[in-house]
Amino acid sequence: MNKNILICGVGGQGTVLASKIIAASAMDSGNAVHSAETIGMAQRGGSVTSHVRIGEAYSPLIPYGEADMILAFEPAEAVRNLMYLKKDGIVIVNSVPVKPVTESLNNTGYDGRDMLIYLNKKCKCIVIDAKELCEPFGSSRYFNIAILGVAVGSGRLGLTKEAVLDEICKRVPAKFIDTNKAAFLAGLEKGEQYEA
Amino acid sequence: MVCRMQEYVMGNGAIGLGALAAGVNLVSGYPGTPSSEIVETISKYPHDGVHLEWSVNEKAAMEVAASAAYGGARTLVTMKQVGLNVAADPIMSLAYVGVKGGMVVVSADDPGPISSQTEQDTRRFADFCRIPVFDPSSPEEAYQMIQDAFEYSEKYKTPVLFRPTTRVCHAYASIDNPEYCGPKKYEGFVKDSKKWVIFPRLSFANHNMIEKRNIEIGRDFSSYKFNKIEGGNSKKAVITSGISYSYAKEYMKYHEDIKLIKIATAYPFPEDLLLKALEGVKEVICLEELSPFIEEQVLKIIGKHGLQIRVSGKLDGKVPHSGENSSNQVAAILSDFLGTEKLSGGFDISDAPALPMRPPVLCAGCPHRASFYAVKQAMKGKKAYFCGDIGCYTLGNAMPLDMVDTCLCMGAGITMAQGFHWIDGEGTCFGFVGDSTFFASGMTGVVNAVYNNADMILCVLDNSTTAMTGHQPHPGIGRNMMGQIVDKVDIKKVLEGIGVHKVITVNPLNLKESIDAVNECEKLPGVKAIIFKSPCIAISKPDKKLAISEKCIQCKKCIREIGCPALITVDGKVTIDESLCTGCGLCSQICPVSAIGGGCNE
Repeated sequence: MNKNILICGVGGQGTVLASKIIAASAMDSGNAVHSAETIGMAQRGGSVTSHVRIGEAYSPLIPYGEADMILAFEPAEAVRNLMYLKKDGIVIVNSVPVKPVTESLNNTGYDGRDMLIYLNKKCKCIVIDAKELCEPFGSSRYFNIAILGVAVGSGRLGLTKEAVLDEICKRVPAKFIDTNKAAFLAGLEKGEQYEA
Repeated sequence: MVCRMQEYVMGNGAIGLGALAAGVNLVSGYPGTPSSEIVETISKYPHDGVHLEWSVNEKAAMEVAASAAYGGARTLVTMKQVGLNVAADPIMSLAYVGVKGGMVVVSADDPGPISSQTEQDTRRFADFCRIPVFDPSSPEEAYQMIQDAFEYSEKYKTPVLFRPTTRVCHAYASIDNPEYCGPKKYEGFVKDSKKWVIFPRLSFANHNMIEKRNIEIGRDFSSYKFNKIEGGNSKKAVITSGISYSYAKEYMKYHEDIKLIKIATAYPFPEDLLLKALEGVKEVICLEELSPFIEEQVLKIIGKHGLQIRVSGKLDGKVPHSGENSSNQVAAILSDFLGTEKLSGGFDISDAPALPMRPPVLCAGCPHRASFYAVKQAMKGKKAYFCGDIGCYTLGNAMPLDMVDTCLCMGAGITMAQGFHWIDGEGTCFGFVGDSTFFASGMTGVVNAVYNNADMILCVLDNSTTAMTGHQPHPGIGRNMMGQIVDKVDIKKVLEGIGVHKVITVNPLNLKESIDAVNECEKLPGVKAIIFKSPCIAISKPDKKLAISEKCIQCKKCIREIGCPALITVDGKVTIDESLCTGCGLCSQICPVSAIGGGCNE
């Protein structure tokens, strides 16, 4: 299998765990995997990306136009990384914006809506309201797991529900396993509605 | 039978595991992005019998490793590229003296730069010191190459440099790692002052030896497995190294016939290999990051042998001098060079709506924000100089704090505050330094201030960790990398011992107490110090969340004054983002109508 998946968001949203789960599930399914993370200063509220490359890859970063899927934890971050997407690729995007401190100071009025309109015009996308999807679990922090469910449900990730669930159970603390499983399944159900 | 394990690790992890597989005996280093995870990986895997330490700075790390290597032990030293500047003194001399056990110095370069002050090139240091340098192009290669580096170091009795770049350090890949066999046995130090004591006579003799030896190493490197020629026979060739090689390989997926010359050891240059590769070639392009190091080596060799070959790269403007390369940029450069069709690439987003900027900022609840704010308030309307330093607190420069006038290098804040004092006796001069940076390179600056009778206020921002690089312990914490509980080096006592007579320790989250401390110090002559002590929010549990009550008059003073990421506006109203708030209470102390409540300081 050859798949390139780009995960993007804002430092602190849990993108790294999502990328590790995808990478590990793909490896357990017998694939070669390479990935790359943003580390260091940018983690302090900056834009972050994880590149996961399943199958043949030389560069740890996905070349422009070769990502099969973008998992965006924030609307503007989806747009910022759109050049990585294949022409027939798909974006799964959280509609809830993260406002940077500079926005609160300068009041530019950024609320993510323009970004979603732009994305819908440009490419195939699935828009998910993280707040709504994660409400039953009490915190939007479960979105990093829920979005994996959406990705699997859409049928475009190339990984099975079992393989991903297995990794989630291995990687989250025992007392949070049930909630994470539920978040994944909620996402899965949502994703299946969009199955290609 | 040796059991092998597949490990999915970061490039830095691969370097650490490779060093363990090579039987390393001693590992020392100082944290710095992108190198920090090498030492951390070693600490997490079996390493019985290996001495592991975060040294106080890179110079100390280099010297600890040097003597151990004199004794025949295999030693690894890790740092980021600017750290090598700090260790320049020992490594220059060490290059003349040489070693007995293999000694590999990892200096991680940071094209971009992504998290560094400079875009300096460690390969220049290798040339400057006249010692070999290894340049891995992937985590898998780094794992093998670090083991080879130990072998070459021992074979030629010289320290060697190992230079990964950020994209190799932070890329993840699967490594086939055998079961740990323990550190190597070594002979121990054999006294011989003619060999181990650097004197002009020894330097003269060894200088000559080193130049001859380097010719031999260059020949040896011509058959080194990671220096190679790939692809077809053509009149045009691409010479590349490191991560740029992997970008060129991405391009080769669509253009198999290009001739690719990969250089993994840029110094001493594998001249024989290059000459062989250049047979029939009329034009080459050099793809590398940072300086045109390989390009200059190629030009020298072409000139030396009188070859008629045109050389492209950074020097003729075909490859940018600054910033990192990428697959896309390399593809565009190669399409231009080879006259091939440009690939279409991905979506054009030039018509996208304006994207919000996300500059890095101090975390919500960061005690540094409170410290800077207290100094700012105390000095309102007065002339003052704010000399910053390297660490999370460099982010004190961001609006609305705007409290960093200068930042140069590790420890410079303290000494630069003194320079401002000597050219302007009117202004109050502040030097800000973090706890780890204080130990690394701050203490001598304080001695300088006391000795030369400068007027300054030293602000130690003590958050009990090395936060920016990932929370490594340091001498003030009471715990080391061998897992031992050790005496804490007390910053207050150090300052008093140096002769700073006024040292005040305050909790920066108590705004009034902090402002009072600054006011008190401002009135006194000489060197004064305030230790702002409060743990990093990433290592301490938040107390509780704050909330905004109906008393809020929407003046937005809290947002305007401190720029905390947890203070946001939702539909025009000031709101606290509960997922970010740590309950530090700074905003509640600023609110003119006491509308913010529930904090830990209430």
